[in-house]
Amino acid sequence: MPERAPLLTVEHLTTGFQVRDGFVPAVIDVSFHVSAGDTLCIVGESGSGKSVTALSIMRLVEPPGRIAEGRIIFNGHDLLTVSEREMQAIRGAQIALIFQEPMTALNPVFTIGNQIEETLRVHGRATRRTAPQQAIDLLAAVSIPEPQKRVRDYPHQLSGGMRQRALIAMSLACEPSLVIADEPTTALDVTIQAQILELLRDLQQRMGLALLLITHDLGVVAEMADRVAVMYAGRIVEEAPVRALFDDPKHPYTRGLMGSIPGGAPGTRLRAIQGTVPPLGALPPGCAFAPRCPERFDPCPKAPPGTTDFGGGRGVKCYLHGPAVEPQVAPPAPVERV
Amino acid sequence: MTPLLEVRNLVKEFTRSQGLFSAPSVVRAVDVVSFSIAEGETFGLVGESGSGKTTTGRCILRLIEPTAGEVRFKGEDVLAFSRARMRAARRDMQIVFQDPYSSLNPRMRAGDIVEEPLIIHRTGRKVERRARVAELFELVGLDPTQLARYPHQFSGGQRQRIGLARALALNPSLVIADEPVSALDVSVQAQVINLLMDLQERLKLTYLFIAHDLRLVRHICDRVAVMYLGKIVETGPTESLFAAPAHPYTRALLSAIPIPDPAVPRQRIVLDPASFDRTAPLREVSSGHHAAV
Repeated sequence: MPERAPLLTVEHLTTGFQVRDGFVPAVIDVSFHVSAGDTLCIVGESGSGKSVTALSIMRLVEPPGRIAEGRIIFNGHDLLTVSEREMQAIRGAQIALIFQEPMTALNPVFTIGNQIEETLRVHGRATRRTAPQQAIDLLAAVSIPEPQKRVRDYPHQLSGGMRQRALIAMSLACEPSLVIADEPTTALDVTIQAQILELLRDLQQRMGLALLLITHDLGVVAEMADRVAVMYAGRIVEEAPVRALFDDPKHPYTRGLMGSIPGGAPGTRLRAIQGTVPPLGALPPGCAFAPRCPERFDPCPKAPPGTTDFGGGRGVKCYLHGPAVEPQVAPPAPVERV
Repeated sequence: MTPLLEVRNLVKEFTRSQGLFSAPSVVRAVDVVSFSIAEGETFGLVGESGSGKTTTGRCILRLIEPTAGEVRFKGEDVLAFSRARMRAARRDMQIVFQDPYSSLNPRMRAGDIVEEPLIIHRTGRKVERRARVAELFELVGLDPTQLARYPHQFSGGQRQRIGLARALALNPSLVIADEPVSALDVSVQAQVINLLMDLQERLKLTYLFIAHDLRLVRHICDRVAVMYLGKIVETGPTESLFAAPAHPYTRALLSAIPIPDPAVPRQRIVLDPASFDRTAPLREVSSGHHAAV
């Protein structure tokens, strides 16, 4: 696929939380880009920093969290320098965020229709007169049956899958160019998940969206992604086009994640990763994965590895693949381990 | 050989009051479900939310009382047991819950949580119980020096190990595992699955494994039953069921699993609820493999 000029470029983003003992980074020196029509999947486990990355792009990180460093270039503007007023115009209208749990993202005391109409009117996309019909059209666009009836339903009257569709309809109301979906199908049953993923893919093709999909499920990654960024303990440890990643995962963490998925001969032991994700603020001084890594050697615990560039959009942070040493960006403050 | 657990025509109805003047509505969460599990077997009960799989598991332990049907454990009719007899029977049938965050008492120390069933069932003297708890900690891969810690001081995977140690304290023969890993991170899930398989081999456990993750069920279960809206629509040996699913719902469910390989082309089968008869009885489609078609 020919690379277009990226719609979103994130450069050296570091976001963290100010606690009593200092600054605890949750996202460390993260860089990536997404172009129109392109799907970038960010995979990681809890605590990897994937959701904080999404919130940073929307500038929705609330104190004690703060963006410490980096640039977020969207459509030529650095989102970290625009005013809050300009940011409000961008949020929802140009960048939409779809959350994991549609029930918490929708307001329970207003109908689905009210909420879509409000979005349309706030962003000047419709008038009081035209909004109701537009809301119905949007529900139809996300394949909700009988949209003229559903528009009068409250969120609790819809099933989980329909709620997520309604939320997607709402986020597409202003025809955004970038959609950030944070675990959009994690709370759903597998058959409903399949429908929602299909819907996202279909809408992306029709509208030429840039899609930033955050997930922990490598199955979802394989189905949706053009490119993949694997996050671990706040850093992107591997980035690659989707086929290359699955054919030849280079980081031991990526290999461990793939080995952890049940598959292969039934009843055989899974190649699990030992140990657990280190808590924020208690990252080891070297590569954060080193304590769990079956392939660690001398340099790993000493300093975090820098990126080894393989070309073709592939990069990996691991001493197995190169000597690069990354300068410490934000030294993790010593915080008592719980 | 009599199966370890036999469930026959199990029904659980929930009634919901519709207000003062209208008749209450009745929902059949479990609608005439039958299956049996042999000793040492891992039997998977799969389905999506609302399929009745969790309710079935709880009815077996009588954590909720079934409306009708029969549950036989080691040949005995569990539903006829008195309260005292039931309490004694529960030593032998234990449950591990899905959520390691809400299923452990946050105000009890980990060691006490594991010891509690031993106290309730008046097993051993204090010293013996403490020794048993330490042994259980080692069995599930926890550090016995952490007995005095509270649940919040453990990670999700470790908490699930505590729940497992507690379930195993009384040497049960049947363990009902209700979504035991679905709240855990992928890499931690794999550790707990490995542990469950190891324990089964060492302790000759029988598992009723309730799950929605078909990849996982395929990996660890000998036989599987697929539930849809309260009924078992298909059941059989795992291999045969996954290789040749006969029921439209099973086919749709299998085709919906995202395959972690971008080179595999997707072929989604969408379920058309009108395409099958919901009242069709199970019939044998191949050896030991039944489907309601």
